[in-house]
Formats: sequence, C-alpha cells, structure tokens
Amino acid sequence: MASRVLITGLGSYWGSRLAQHLEARDDVDVIVGLDVDDPRLPLERTEFVRSDSSYSILHRIVEATRIDTILHTHLVVDSTQLGGRAVHEINVIGTMNLLAAASAADTTVRKVIVKSSTLVYGSNFKDPYYFREGTQRTRGARTGIERSHLEVEAFLRDFAEDNPHVLVSLLRFTNVLGDNLDTPFSRALRLPVVPEVFGFDPKLQFTHESDVEGALMFATLDDVPGVFNVAGDGTLPWSEVCSIVGKPRIPMPPIATNVAAEPLRLARLLDMPPEMLMLLRYGRGVDNSRFKRAGYRYRYSSAATVDQFARGLRLERSVGSRGPEYRYERDVEAFFRHSPAVVRDS
Amino acid sequence: MPEHSPEPPVIDLTEPVGATSSELVPVPSEPPRADRSDLDDAVRHGDVDAWGRSEHMRQIARTIYDPVYRHWFRAEWEGLEHIPAEGGALLVANHAAAIPSDAPVIMHGIESELGRPVYGMAEYLFRALPVIGTLWSRMGGVPAHPDNAYRLLHDDRQLALVFPEGSKGTGKLYRDRYTLHRFGRGGFVEIAMRSGAPVIPIAVVGAEESMPTLWKLPRLAKMLNLPYFPVTANQLVFGPLLGAVMYFPAKFRLRVLPPITFDVPPDQERYSRSRVMEAADQVREAIQQALYDMLRTRRSVWFG
Repeated sequence: MASRVLITGLGSYWGSRLAQHLEARDDVDVIVGLDVDDPRLPLERTEFVRSDSSYSILHRIVEATRIDTILHTHLVVDSTQLGGRAVHEINVIGTMNLLAAASAADTTVRKVIVKSSTLVYGSNFKDPYYFREGTQRTRGARTGIERSHLEVEAFLRDFAEDNPHVLVSLLRFTNVLGDNLDTPFSRALRLPVVPEVFGFDPKLQFTHESDVEGALMFATLDDVPGVFNVAGDGTLPWSEVCSIVGKPRIPMPPIATNVAAEPLRLARLLDMPPEMLMLLRYGRGVDNSRFKRAGYRYRYSSAATVDQFARGLRLERSVGSRGPEYRYERDVEAFFRHSPAVVRDS
Repeated sequence: MPEHSPEPPVIDLTEPVGATSSELVPVPSEPPRADRSDLDDAVRHGDVDAWGRSEHMRQIARTIYDPVYRHWFRAEWEGLEHIPAEGGALLVANHAAAIPSDAPVIMHGIESELGRPVYGMAEYLFRALPVIGTLWSRMGGVPAHPDNAYRLLHDDRQLALVFPEGSKGTGKLYRDRYTLHRFGRGGFVEIAMRSGAPVIPIAVVGAEESMPTLWKLPRLAKMLNLPYFPVTANQLVFGPLLGAVMYFPAKFRLRVLPPITFDVPPDQERYSRSRVMEAADQVREAIQQALYDMLRTRRSVWFG
C-alpha cells in the first residue's frame, strides 16, 4: 500500500535507516525525507527537504508529492539534547502541523505511523509491573517530555476520530539500546562506573534498535491500525543490566537524587533527565503481546538486547569507537539524483 | 495539561486486524530467535523473575526463617491438598498482628511443603522504600495492582496470596481478635472471576496473639503518614525497640479450605456488583466459620 512515503526526522538515525529500508523496495516509488539536519546515512533516491523543526512547509510537500504514507519518526524522547521549548516545538507543534497537512480536504494520505514512547506511562511506585496499551498512568506527567508525548497522542486520537479513512498506527517503544544509538541509558552504561539509586533495583525493559526498525517497517508495509507497545520480552533488574555489560555500580542517594545527579551533569559525565531518575527507582514494564498478536515477531528479548549492547561495547574497547562514516553533501546528492549526465536504469 | 488529572494515554482506535504478512517485512539481518527463553538463560546473570522474585534469595531467606517457622511458631497445616500443584490460584487469608506475621508463615509453609512459589500481594508502600522495597520484591512481594494479580494468575498461572482485610485487619485491637473485617470492595473476587482462577481460603490461628495491639495512637499515625501506629503487648514485655520486631511464640495453625470457583465467564469487562459482593461475603464467612471452629478446639494460645 505504501508507495509514496514521507519520513519526518530524516536527520535522525531512525529516519535515515527507514529510508534505506524503503529504498530497497521496488514497490515504494517516492521517498521524501524532512528534517532540520542532514541525513545520517547514505541514501540513494530519497529526496531530502530541509525544513524548520515544526514542519510548517509540510502541507505544501504533501500536496505537491501526493504522499500516501507518513512515517513520523521525529518525536524527541531524550530531553537532555534539547531545551524544553525546542522539544515542545518539535514534538507538539511539529505533530500538529503534520496532522493538519494529513487531514486537509483533498489529502492523499491514507496511513500515518507515529513512533511514540512508553514515556506516556510514566514511572511511579503505584504502577502495575506491565502496562497494557489501555492502562492509565497512575500519576500526572511531571516532565515536559512526558507531557509533550501525551499531547501528541491526544492530537492523534482526535485525528484518528476525524479521519476514519486514514489508518493510524501508534507504536510506543521502550528504552532502545544498540550500537548506533546514543541515549541516556547507553551513555550511562558506557561510563566506567554506572550510577544507580541506593536501595532500588528496578526492572527495566529494552528494545533492540533492529526491532525498532523492524516494527516501524512492519507497520508501514502491513496494516496494523491501533496503539501498540513495542518492547523486547521480559524485564531485567538494573543491577543485572550492569553486570551483563560488566560495569560496577555507584549508588546515588535515594533522597534528593536529582541534586546528587547535578555534579555529574556539570562535569559533563552524564546527564540524567528526571524521567530516567524515576526509571532507576521504579522501572517500567510493558505488555508487548498485542503487537505480537498483530503479527510482529521480535528479534531480541530485553536480556538479548543488553547482551548485544555489551558485545558492541567490547568490540569498541578493542577497535575504538567508529566515528560518523558518512557526510551529506547537498550538491553531490542532487547531482546523482537529478543530473541528466547520470545514467539511470529503467 | 492539569497535573491532578492524568490524561489517559489511550487512543481509542479500532482493534488491530489479525491479518499478517510478516513475510513482506525486509528479511532481518538475523533470523528471529526460536527458543528465546533458553537463549535468555545463557545471557542472563541473575534469576530475578518477571515479578522481581529471586528463587536464590528466597532459598537463603527460607533457610534463615525455617527455625522461626518450625520452633517458634510451630506452624501446623491441614488441608494443604486443596492447593493445586500447578495452575493459578488466589489464596485468601485473614490478616493479623501489628506487623503481620501471617504472610511469611503462609509463604514459607507452602513453598517448603509444595515446592511452588507464592507471590504475596501487598501495599504499594513497600515499593517506594529503598532497600526494604527491593528485598520485599526479591522475597516474592508484588504490589497489589489488579493488573499484576490478573497477569500472575492468568498468564503466569502462579499462586497469589492476598489479605482482603488489608491494614484494617492488622490494625485491629486485641479485643477484636479473630473478628474478620469487611473484605475490601471484593476486588479479589473480581480478579479471580476475570482470570478464571479459583479462590482458596486459608484460616490462620496464632497470628493475632503473636503481636497483639493494645492501643493505637491515631495522631502519631497521621503525623507519620502511616495507616496506624500501634502500642503492642510485645513492646511492654520486650521493651519498645525489641518489642517492635520480636513476636510472641504463639502456636500457628493454618487450615486450607476447599477451593471456591465462580460460575461466570472469565475476561469480562465488568462483573455484577451484587454477585461480587455476595461471593466476597461467602469467602469471608467460610474463613470466619473455620476460625471459630479452630478456636473451639484450641486449648492454649502457646501450645495449640
């Protein structure tokens, strides 16, 4: 069904990766990618459009290119990288513009896939051990990043109601680990000594980066309307995560943990956002069975994800970290795509 | 968004269709892993299960607790055959003693007699406490959230232990001993109905006398944000500090009653309130009658 696809967040790892996957398919005719930043990975036929972070030009692009599928991968989940206002602009305003474009009167959009996060469930001691898609969070959102995700989902709910002809898939991912990713958790596990909150050993659930790609591609190529948790099977105590990665732990005080975390941030060792500190206290688990019932098969369990990450770290220790292998050059890319001098098949 | 009203993170879209075509997904770099649990075992370093319980740590705790169980409380069971060797079941017991002594006795007894784990459902409060919360969870404690109970009984087919009286049971004064309080709002019955698991009532005699509450200090409790603040007989005998952790050697007798099943379809959204309350009363009455029966034949608090 997806033949003309628009990807938001082409400059993010996910956006570039999905564009690569889509390029490999003959039944996908057009791939348009939007972002403020350059694509992260080499792409062959994806058209890159540089936009502002809130996608105000999206309406014109959808109209001009007759997009039928929108892959919204550009929700910010790591609040340490951007300020609160920027997060709001990208997540809330960006999604608003995107959905407005998709619900225009003569729209060609038939499918919207959103990469959301289990941040919407929060983390609190009154939580159940496994959130199902319909489970309510037990405490109001405290952080801007959580609020923005809740707002995005509220927009999406309205959008799905107003546009019954559009198929909406909302995928909520747990914390992702992988060789190619930089997240607060991966940064913490790269430190020689990993912080924990004294007296707490929460159970955490991880998704492997290949399962994130797999899940988003599955939703793009298959029709799976609805809300889905995406997470590797099982949960692991934080102490065991550190043990698999082979790192000792250093306790932070259970009271005023955010104050204790401040020196780490100022020393530029590790920036632990409040939502991560809550996770290190109470953890979070989600029920991933609905997405399985929809037909997706996970490649990695939570434990296997952590193990893969540990293997990556060991490799890195031997050969050093691989720097960015690719740099986007606008003129070169434009030449290969559009110059009459380039001989193209078909 | 207002802080006090958590926005439900639910988008009411249509249910996912069953049709799949996973073969259309690009071939993963590695094939999907066939037997994940086996591979997980190779990867994992600990034995903490999905509920935070560690059999290894439980084993250590059982070794330490066994003399208390055997020689201090001299626990004796009857009707253990009513607890199934496999499959989910909801164990429901009466609750007593200022710091409840019944939960460890029941969990230790069933685990060592039947060799299957028991998960004790209790207040969220524990989870918020450092060290204690983690230990409690490793010992098989699970926060009493209905979703947790359902998943334990239905998906994982385990034994879950609940005390429907809650802190009203443990907070009662000595003169009210062996008088069961209201069984909450019958939430435990709904869980049993929804999961299709039987309710197995357990009557416990002895816990009441192991740490009887003489007075309560409601004002202090309110200040400390506790459900109650007791002054116990143990504190008068052993002193205020030792008495807070030291039980009297009351003789424990536990009687497992025949399982109660409900003639309703599982996995319903709601169950008739009157049916639920009626069933909760039925369970409560069964335990109350068993308690009276056991007390009629008890000659001594200390020797049974």
